[in-house]
Amino acid sequence: MAILVGENTRLLVQGLGRDGSFQANRTREYGTNMVAAVHPGRDGQKFEDEVPYFSTVAKAVEETGANTGVIFVPAPFAMDAIIEQVDAGLELVVCITEGVPVLDMVKVMQYIKDKPTRLIGSNCPGVLSPASKAKVGIVPGNIVQPGNVGVVSRSGTLTYEAIAQLVQHGMGQSTCVGIGGDPVHGTTFTDVLELFQADDETEAIVLIGEIGGIREQLAADYIKEHVTKPVVAAIAGSSAPAGKRMGHAGAIITGKAALASEKNKALEAAGVHVVESPALIGAKMKEVLG
Amino acid sequence: MNIHEYQAKEILDKFGVPTPHAEVASTPAEAKEIAYRIGGRVVVKAQVHAGGRGKVGGVKLVDSPEEAEDVAAGLIGSRLVTKQTGANGVPVEKVMIAETLDIKEELYLSIVIDGDVGAPVVMASTEGGMEIEEVAEATPEKIFRVAGDPLIGLTTYHARDIALALEIPAKAVRQATKLITDLYNVFIENDCSLVEINPLIITEDDKVVALDAKINIEDDALFRHPDLAQLRDPNQQDPLEQRADKADLAYVKLEGGRVGCMVNGAGLAMATMDITKAAGADPANFLDIGGSADQDRIEEAFKIIIDDDDVEMILVNLFAGIARSDVVAQGIVAAAKETNATVPMVVAMRGTNAEEGIQILADSGLNITGAPDLAGAAEVLKEKLLELGGSN
Repeated sequence: MAILVGENTRLLVQGLGRDGSFQANRTREYGTNMVAAVHPGRDGQKFEDEVPYFSTVAKAVEETGANTGVIFVPAPFAMDAIIEQVDAGLELVVCITEGVPVLDMVKVMQYIKDKPTRLIGSNCPGVLSPASKAKVGIVPGNIVQPGNVGVVSRSGTLTYEAIAQLVQHGMGQSTCVGIGGDPVHGTTFTDVLELFQADDETEAIVLIGEIGGIREQLAADYIKEHVTKPVVAAIAGSSAPAGKRMGHAGAIITGKAALASEKNKALEAAGVHVVESPALIGAKMKEVLG
Repeated sequence: MNIHEYQAKEILDKFGVPTPHAEVASTPAEAKEIAYRIGGRVVVKAQVHAGGRGKVGGVKLVDSPEEAEDVAAGLIGSRLVTKQTGANGVPVEKVMIAETLDIKEELYLSIVIDGDVGAPVVMASTEGGMEIEEVAEATPEKIFRVAGDPLIGLTTYHARDIALALEIPAKAVRQATKLITDLYNVFIENDCSLVEINPLIITEDDKVVALDAKINIEDDALFRHPDLAQLRDPNQQDPLEQRADKADLAYVKLEGGRVGCMVNGAGLAMATMDITKAAGADPANFLDIGGSADQDRIEEAFKIIIDDDDVEMILVNLFAGIARSDVVAQGIVAAAKETNATVPMVVAMRGTNAEEGIQILADSGLNITGAPDLAGAAEVLKEKLLELGGSN
């Protein structure tokens, strides 16, 4: 069993411009079951001559039984797309779009509070489970390998980095989850840790955090209380200056808690194997798993 | 995006938040005229995008229009170096001339997004005039925090709670409550990432006034505020950061570093800075070229790094997903040849079309040492730094 996605994933892709189409093709090549495409004005057409287009998410869900949505629409329309997918009753919504205004995400989080839909992102690489060939997002399918390490990260490229290091040391992944680099985002480290802890396929966990916010500290608190599986963690941005946004909207040192050193300290106190450099994730996991 | 104090004041005025009477001047003569109009003792404030200006002569009290003119003459056209700027400082092109008020109390009020709460949060403290970080460190119990509701906003009773926590005199509570509500609306309606009033003052006659104002607008929301987007003052930016902005590159100049970093992805870019530091040298910049950069943008990214006088070596770290290694390699080679760059480079390329990219670099004749991955890049960089000599 993977977490979040799997053999039963029936994927709907919303926003098939240049990047969305490219990624939808990679997703299909990887073997994921893409059942619907949503793009305004293409009702009745087919994506790559095979996947039906719809103008609305509700119609797509009704006709195809899609249960998972991924969003590539431009940032000004991302809030609307998330709410449309939530209203259509999708179980999982992954918003890849970068640059969504933070006040839009604030409204989204309030709106979905009591709804059954789980949101991942915005500004994230999505979820991939190698064993079930389920790729919802942009994690490259050619770098992963089935296995028993769960990966959760705020950064896309550092997720790939961790995967490559694990593979290099002979370890595959159960599921890789990029939760995104925005300060206000759906699924958190803590949520994913809970899922990995309950997942039979996952034996160990890689957690990659970065400067900004207090979510790594909250993850540390959760690990201390609830996680029995070994966790290897790295925090990016120990060399970043205070007060400057390091690309990600959420990656900014605004106070002491936002520092990499504070996050490392909290994770170490929770029994996590913290590596000094993100280059050492694979080697450390190998050592931990023996 | 930062805006100037005088621009922030204009926004506050529009939303009904009381501020001192003030006007902005671009010449000493204008400063004199404004000071004369306001009358009496005025304060001359350099308009720069940097905190800490008061400590370096950027804010001065003067007693006459002539003195205002003199102070303005000294400031306008100069560069102000504060603890928040680099050694080059930032240019002063305008000064704000403001009336002085009789201050009874200095307070602190700000609004930011708290990502962990998922809402805008109003922070208030009776310790006005101090930096809130220092207050948070020394006396965290003196910071009062209230989150606004994402759909309802900040209720009046919450604003009143804040006024009471600030120990506002009874007869000014109603006015303070309105000010706090209005300030919250400033934050929401302008898609701010920060609204900070430090100090918020109570005057001798019990009026509550925003004596200073700092407003940052969220970059990602500027598309729906074309009027605010025009407030951008590129002259306040580092020239290299300004060029990066134009090329749509996420770049931050880091003071004094000597290893230029060229990376795709924000997380990997930070990690690359971290391994550079661990290898014994300070990184010269943060740079995320993004996933969909074409060759022109890669070339400009490389030129920005090269044009940084501090850069003695370049570390390229690419893990291409959407990005294509061959395009990045072509961009680097083209830019290096055009600029006759001889700076040594350490390059790690993985992911989409990595082999093609590595081949293009190998055939280029440039001073390049390959590295297999992040850990390998750290090792190669360390060796190369030893060869290069020097320190930091």
